[in-house]
Amino acid sequence: MPDLIPENSVGIVTPQTMKFDDPLQLDSGHTLNSYEMVYETYGELNANKSNAILICHALSGTHHAAGYHSNEDKKPGWWDTCIGPGKPIDTNKFFVVCPNNIGGCHGSTGPNHINPETGKYWGPDFPPLRVRDWVKSQACLADKLNIAQWAAVIGGSLGGMQVMRWSLEYPERLRHAVVIASSMNLTAQNIAFNEVARSAIRSDDDFHDGHFLEQGTIPKKGLALARMIGHLTYLTDGLMGEKFGRELRSGDFERGAYNEVQFQVESYLRYQGDKFSGSFDANTYIMLTRILDYFDLAREYNDDPVAAFRNALCKFMVISFTTDWRFSPERSQEIKNALISAGKDVSYAEIDTPQGHDAFLLPIDPYLRVFASYLQRIALECES
Amino acid sequence: MSTSNRTDHELLQQWVAPNSRVLDLGCGDGTLLQQLMQSKQIQGYGIEIDRELIIAALDNGINVIEQNLDKGLSDFSDNSFDTVVMTQALQAMSRPDLVLDEMLRVGKECIITFPNFGNWRARLHLAIGGRMPVTKQLDWQWYNTPNIHFCTVNDFEALCQQKGIRVLNRTTVSAQFPDRSLKEILPNLFAQTAIYHLSK
Repeated sequence: MPDLIPENSVGIVTPQTMKFDDPLQLDSGHTLNSYEMVYETYGELNANKSNAILICHALSGTHHAAGYHSNEDKKPGWWDTCIGPGKPIDTNKFFVVCPNNIGGCHGSTGPNHINPETGKYWGPDFPPLRVRDWVKSQACLADKLNIAQWAAVIGGSLGGMQVMRWSLEYPERLRHAVVIASSMNLTAQNIAFNEVARSAIRSDDDFHDGHFLEQGTIPKKGLALARMIGHLTYLTDGLMGEKFGRELRSGDFERGAYNEVQFQVESYLRYQGDKFSGSFDANTYIMLTRILDYFDLAREYNDDPVAAFRNALCKFMVISFTTDWRFSPERSQEIKNALISAGKDVSYAEIDTPQGHDAFLLPIDPYLRVFASYLQRIALECES
Repeated sequence: MSTSNRTDHELLQQWVAPNSRVLDLGCGDGTLLQQLMQSKQIQGYGIEIDRELIIAALDNGINVIEQNLDKGLSDFSDNSFDTVVMTQALQAMSRPDLVLDEMLRVGKECIITFPNFGNWRARLHLAIGGRMPVTKQLDWQWYNTPNIHFCTVNDFEALCQQKGIRVLNRTTVSAQFPDRSLKEILPNLFAQTAIYHLSK
């Protein structure tokens, strides 16, 4: 437990659930007749409802972005670094909303829920989703919360894809878009990594073609392996060298004896894999990686990102990290260039840091300062 | 640089058209773009590489892009801006001539300001003192200065002529000789800062 909840934390937070009975028409042609979204909020909505910020989570994110669920909670929400009193997304100034996306596995309607029409787990039969469907469901949540226009929609990685989609689908419903470590579509290498992760899950005997919950099993090994592969790509060679080097956790290299060694990095990766496989649904993981692969911001705009962004009305902040090789700075520069060509207001920062893709979640001083400066600008607009 | 030093900012604004698109190379804290947004309702973007200045520019509410100008402007398409501005930064570029080419490719017009090294004070510093000039405006030693390519008004005009660049307007700033005549008649000797308005 945190001995004492830090002063710059939003403190103890309680997730809420919103039920939706209006059918959600999905991009795939399927319809989700009813669904629930779990979400958390931090800060207070001001009188003219102008200070609301939507946080879009990435692959392994949840609605729990900041604060603690109890005094016994060991760790705060996944973006506690950036959300809280005095932090870049300052909860003294903003009303922050973070939902768990549908199709997720942390409370919102998803594959690990019962399909009311069959009485069985949705499992692999959960309708395929796209980023556009998430954005639509988030807009429905905004309606229910009486938020006509977000001061900003913010997200990193897969979250950044949602932010960009927001700017095109509901241009009049956001004033600022903050896109961090993201991309307008995935590279072949990225898709390949996702396919390796999916293959790892499918190859687990406990997967049962996705019907594992009915079978009372969980493909833990496959999920852990998928996560290990993913996690590896979010880090960098340099950082792993610095963090683990060739340090041993057990065993030794003594000659004349054989004590099998385990490197610290092996142990770390296994820990990450095991932790994840105990809390994540395999069908959700497969679907989320599919959503990533499928996303292509400009597909419906003749593959012209400039034409796509002409539809946006908001202002943009784009941030990348020099050593991020999954969502490299070049991919963020493409976003920035398309926005400039489309005549949109955009600022761009490239943070020099060794942490790779994971950097967007970490307390890196220049990153937090750039982020805070831009958000401060938004806060001033909310006041005026 | 404090605003009092930035007479070049005030003077160059006369050449920026209202409601135009302006790219400011080496925008610093964004003061110039901020002024142009207010006075001319321009849509501006600034390019800057210094982290502290980027944060200051964000605080000042301008569009700021983190980019190394020495790597060129290949991200920007031909004639995509009405005016490309570079104030007091040309001398810090590794290849000012190539930067000039890029500015004229991306912008329909360019505005450039630079410290004139032909100024009499600089000449005296070297001629009498026998040391590289260090002025209040350019307070660096030869070994640590970011300003690696100094030129004089005459040098710059020769480069423009060689490249077939049209000089649309020229003006100069001199704190010691605010009197127009001297710095206009002998800009190479009396101008501290030269301000050029160029096109292809």
